[in-house]
Formats: sequence, structure tokens, C-alpha cells
Amino acid sequence: MGLTAPARQVRPSPEEATAPGPPAARGGLRHRLNRLRRLIGIGPFLAYLTLFLIVPSISVVSSAFEDEKGNFTWSNITASLHGVYLTSYKTSLEISAVSALVSAVAGTLVAIALASSTSRTLNRLVTTGSGVFANTGGLPLAFAFIATLGNFGIVTKILSAIGWDPYNHGFTLYSATGLVVVYCYFLVPLMVLVMLPAVQNLRSEWFEAASILGASRRECWHRVGIPLLGPAFFAALMVLFTDAFAAYATAETLTQGTVPLVPIQIGSLIEGNVLSNQQNLGDALGLGMIVVVAIAAVLYATVQRRAARWQH
Amino acid sequence: MRKTTAVRWSAGLAGSAMALVAALAPASGASAREGAVKDASCNWATATSVAACGGMSALIAAAQKEGVLNTITLPPTWANYGTLLKEFSSKYHIKYTDAIPDGSSQQELDAIVHEKGTSKAPDVVDVGTAFAIDGASEHLFAPYKVQEWNQIPANEKDANGDWYYDYGGYVSIGYDASAFTSPPTSFKSLLGSQFKGAVGLDGDPTQANAAFSAVFAASLANGGSFNNVVPGIQFFKQLASAGNFVTAQSDAATIGSGQIKVGIDWDYLNAAYAAQLQGKVDWKVIIPSDAHYASYYVQAVSKYAPDPAAARLWEEFLYSNEGQNGWLEGFARPVLLNNLIKDHAVNESALAKLPVVSGAAAFPSQAQQSAAKAIVVQQWPSVG
Repeated sequence: MGLTAPARQVRPSPEEATAPGPPAARGGLRHRLNRLRRLIGIGPFLAYLTLFLIVPSISVVSSAFEDEKGNFTWSNITASLHGVYLTSYKTSLEISAVSALVSAVAGTLVAIALASSTSRTLNRLVTTGSGVFANTGGLPLAFAFIATLGNFGIVTKILSAIGWDPYNHGFTLYSATGLVVVYCYFLVPLMVLVMLPAVQNLRSEWFEAASILGASRRECWHRVGIPLLGPAFFAALMVLFTDAFAAYATAETLTQGTVPLVPIQIGSLIEGNVLSNQQNLGDALGLGMIVVVAIAAVLYATVQRRAARWQH
Repeated sequence: MRKTTAVRWSAGLAGSAMALVAALAPASGASAREGAVKDASCNWATATSVAACGGMSALIAAAQKEGVLNTITLPPTWANYGTLLKEFSSKYHIKYTDAIPDGSSQQELDAIVHEKGTSKAPDVVDVGTAFAIDGASEHLFAPYKVQEWNQIPANEKDANGDWYYDYGGYVSIGYDASAFTSPPTSFKSLLGSQFKGAVGLDGDPTQANAAFSAVFAASLANGGSFNNVVPGIQFFKQLASAGNFVTAQSDAATIGSGQIKVGIDWDYLNAAYAAQLQGKVDWKVIIPSDAHYASYYVQAVSKYAPDPAAARLWEEFLYSNEGQNGWLEGFARPVLLNNLIKDHAVNESALAKLPVVSGAAAFPSQAQQSAAKAIVVQQWPSVG
């Protein structure tokens, strides 16, 4: 905060710079109208947030503390932290953390490679492609993987034809490992998109300055590159983590509940054909997810503030 | 808010339409004034039988005045529902809309609650037994007894008329006959090495009733009982560690593309896949010799049905010989099947297509089901 504030003072906003007339004339009606106009502009977004984020969140939180009849109870919260539900939190956190970490490293390497290439076509191709792949998920993605890496998938068939059937070597798509592979499919491109601006902000002058002062290539990265990219990397890691943590349809289609994940448990509790009248427990699990995502968001904001220092 | 006014208005309209119908009904020889009084005591929304409200012709007239039937979660390929709805519609000139065809029983009950008072609310539901019992205890259903009520066995309906079995089937094993030299005959036979990477369920047992029932049936085949579902879970663990169990969902798409070569599912669904994939996959259906597990779905009329007469007419249609044979043509076993056979009213060729069952079917009680579900929810995630 302390560092970004002066920067804003030094650079006057375009509005301030071009505003005509003495300052006294601006404080009045026109200024207020402007402010109102800006509020109107953001109005639909605020309404959207209220309807689709705030209202549902409040209802999830309140019903997590209610029994079927609407009386206050702790029992949903207690149940949501025991047995299979506790296991589900552990598995969900593990799978999200592993796939986020793997994707973050891979995505950063791609971003660095891309930033150092001079081909603008390649650049555009990779960023557009990443935009598409990062938004591919749900059922179609699951089916795409079943058709390629599934037990009778094309890639599996090719691999077994050349003598290495992955299903004979402990791999199966329908497992936690399989989920990590599938999650990486959309997380790596997401990482590329998020990290590319940060990597492009690394000025070659800084590296040159360091090497003139006698730093080796390794020292350059150790003393300059990594400290500068670190906060951005960590912030992006949080984004990937929450993305993986919330994934539902892909996981459910691939594992049919054999890998315990929190979103799958919620699905079983609130809209299944087997368990009836368990919505409150589902909401308690939802509350737990909100807490996990909130922690990730706070970490993200804290780190992002550090990362922003060098991004102007 | 505006919605409420519109709904009140349409409810008012429906009310006056019903008054009109009652006034014009041939049975009422009294004056129009008396007819209106009679209507107050004879409201289709609370009628518990067709006789209580002027018989079939009055019901048909009232339903046609409403002109619409709202169903929910009836996939057209499931137990022949697509054809049944079309036949009902053309027979009585009543339009229908089916909301969320691929939804679940819970979503059906939720819709009754959340859409209460709107013209889109479901008139009738088709749910699993556990959800029927829930819905009845939450007073979501209007009791109604179809004309064939007394023919439905006592343990296959709610005594009050809140819900009643409609059609059902057995847990079955479907398989691609061209893929195996010796076909599966029982749950235990699925452990053989020829079924590597081939066996799938119709969904997640903690979410899909068909898959849950498959686990329960597997338990019966492996020394378990209706009081002990654990051997069923252990069977799938064994199947998974043998590499035979795949968690891709068994349905027409995965069977058609060859991802699933053995699917454990309701016999009416497996038989429907066979018909659907004719010429592409040689899909055969057997009832496993080591477990005869049967289950029925349940009909109920919503207490808040926006089209109460159409809802009741739909039930009358479903339990008529025509409706019962309709389900049979969709490979499901209608609840009045034995009566159909006895009365020589059954569609013989449809009956001949059902997988053969030797020996009696068994049903778990509600208490046994709830206990088993609690265990499956806790232990199923250890299968993978």
C-alpha cells in the first residue's frame, strides 16, 4: 500500500489532467453527476453480484446452521467435519494443491519461453489457444478424456499397440491421478494467461544491470527474476487452486464418487436420487468451501499487493 | 410480486372455469346456482378419486379446460415416457411440458416447493420410494386413488393415497455379446479376467438410484443381505482392484462408443439400450443368477398442482391398460402387470422382450434402504 499510493500521486489521472477551468468549478453538480453516472454504470454488475453471489451465500451460510425444520443446530457443521466428509476435504485439498502446483510450474515455464520469443504469431497463437483451453471444462472435457485416455481410448490403444498400456502400469483415468492430469489440461493454459503479463514486465535491463555487476545467469534469476516473479506466481497459484477446488462435473463424470471430493459430496446431498432431505448438511459443506476459498482469496490479495509494486 | 398477481388471476380463471364445467356437467340436473354450490364441495384439487367428483367425463372436461399438464424429470427414452406423454396428449387434446428431463427425484420435490403458486409448477411427479415417503411427510402430495386402486397390492402404495408404485424392474447385467467368449451370468462371474476394464455402473451410488441398487444387489450375491450392504461395496472394491471396474457411466453413449462393455443397470434401461443400439452393438441383458433385486418408482400428484384435473387424468391414463402396456413397451414392469396378464390385456410381444427372471423378486424395506444408504455414502469413496 505504502508504495503504490505515491505512484498514484505522481501520475495524475487523465480526468484531472485535462479538466478545464478552476478547481472550484468542478466540485459542484457536474462532479456529483459524474459520480452518479459511474455508479449507474456499475449498477448491473452490483445487482448481478447481489443476486448470484451475496444472496446465495447468505442462504448457504444460514441453512448450514439449521435442521430440517429450520431450528438452529450445530449438527450439520459437526457432521461435515467427520467421516467421509473430512476425507473429502483432505482429498479435495490434496488434488487441488497438486494440480495447481504442477500447472503453475509448467505454465510459468511456458510463459517465460513465450516472453523471450520474438515471434508475434506464436505469441498470439498461444494466448488465444490458452484462452480457449482454460475455459474448457465440465462434461465435454471429461468425455474428451474418456475418448482419448480412457480404458478404451484412442491414445490408450496407441500406447498399448506400441507395447506400453498405461492401464497395466497403475495408471487409470478414473482416479485421483487421472483427475490431476485432466485438471492440468485447463490449469496450465490458465497459468500462462495469468503469468504472461508478469513475465513480460521483467525488464531485460534489470538482468543486464545485474550481470554487469558480476552476477552469473543463475544469480540473476536467484536475485532478480525469482524475487520479482515470486509474488505473481504465488497469487496465480491461489487462482489455480480455487479453480481446481471448485471443479465438479468433470470429476463426477470421471470417478462416479469413487474419489471423495467436497463438490461431489455436496452434489449427492442436495440433488441426488439416493439421499433425501440432506440439503442442510450439503450447505454446511458449502460453507466449508466458502471458508477455504476465502482464505485463498485473502492470501491472493496480500501477495498480489506485493506483486503490483513492480507492475506499472 | 407481479408474478403473484398473475398467478392469482390465473387461479381465479381456473376456478371459474371449473365452476362453469360443474354447471354444465350433464350429471347436475339442478340450477346453475346449486351447481356452483356443488362445485365448492367438489374441487378437483382436493378430489381423492374420480367418482368423488362426477366421474371420468367430468374429469376429462375439467382437464381439457386446463388444457395443460406439467410433468417433470421424465426422460423420453426412460420407460417409454416419450410415447406415453404423446399418446396422452393426442387422446385428450391436452398439451404437456416436461421440465428438466434429466433431473433427479430431489429436484422434483424441490420444484413442488419452490415453484408453488406458479403456472409452471409440476402437476405430477415420478420419484424413488424414499423421496415419496419424504414428500408425503412434508405434505407435498394430494392423495388420489385411481380407479384401479384396489388392484395395487397394499404394500406397494401409501394407504392414504399420497403415492403409489407405478413401474419397476430388476438390477440386470447388460453386455456386448460380441466382446466376450463366455458371457456374464452373475455378479461373481464379473470378476473374471476377460472383463478387464469393461464393467460400469449407471452413475454414482451416492447419487443415482440405479447404481445404489446395483451395489445392494451385489451385496445379496456376495453373502450380504438387506441388513448388510457392506459385501456389495467390497465386491466393487474387488472388481476395481482386478482392474475390471470403470467409473465411466454406463449409458447409450458409452456403450455405443465401446467404453462400456458390461453395464449393471435396471433391466428396462439395459433393454432400451439394446433396442436403441440395434445394428451397432449386440447388447444382451440378463438378470444375475445370484441376486434378484427389484425396485419400483412411485407416482404422486402435487398438492399445489396448477392443473389438478389434468394431473388426475394423467394418473388415470397411466393405470389404465393403455398406460400400463405403455410402460411395458418401454421394457419396464408395470405395477398391474399380473392383472394385465390375468385379464389377457397384456401386450404379449412386449412381455416377451423382458429379460427372464427365475425365482421371486425381493424388496428391502424403507428402514433397510436408509441404513444401507448411510453406509454406502460413507464407504463408497474407498472403492477407487
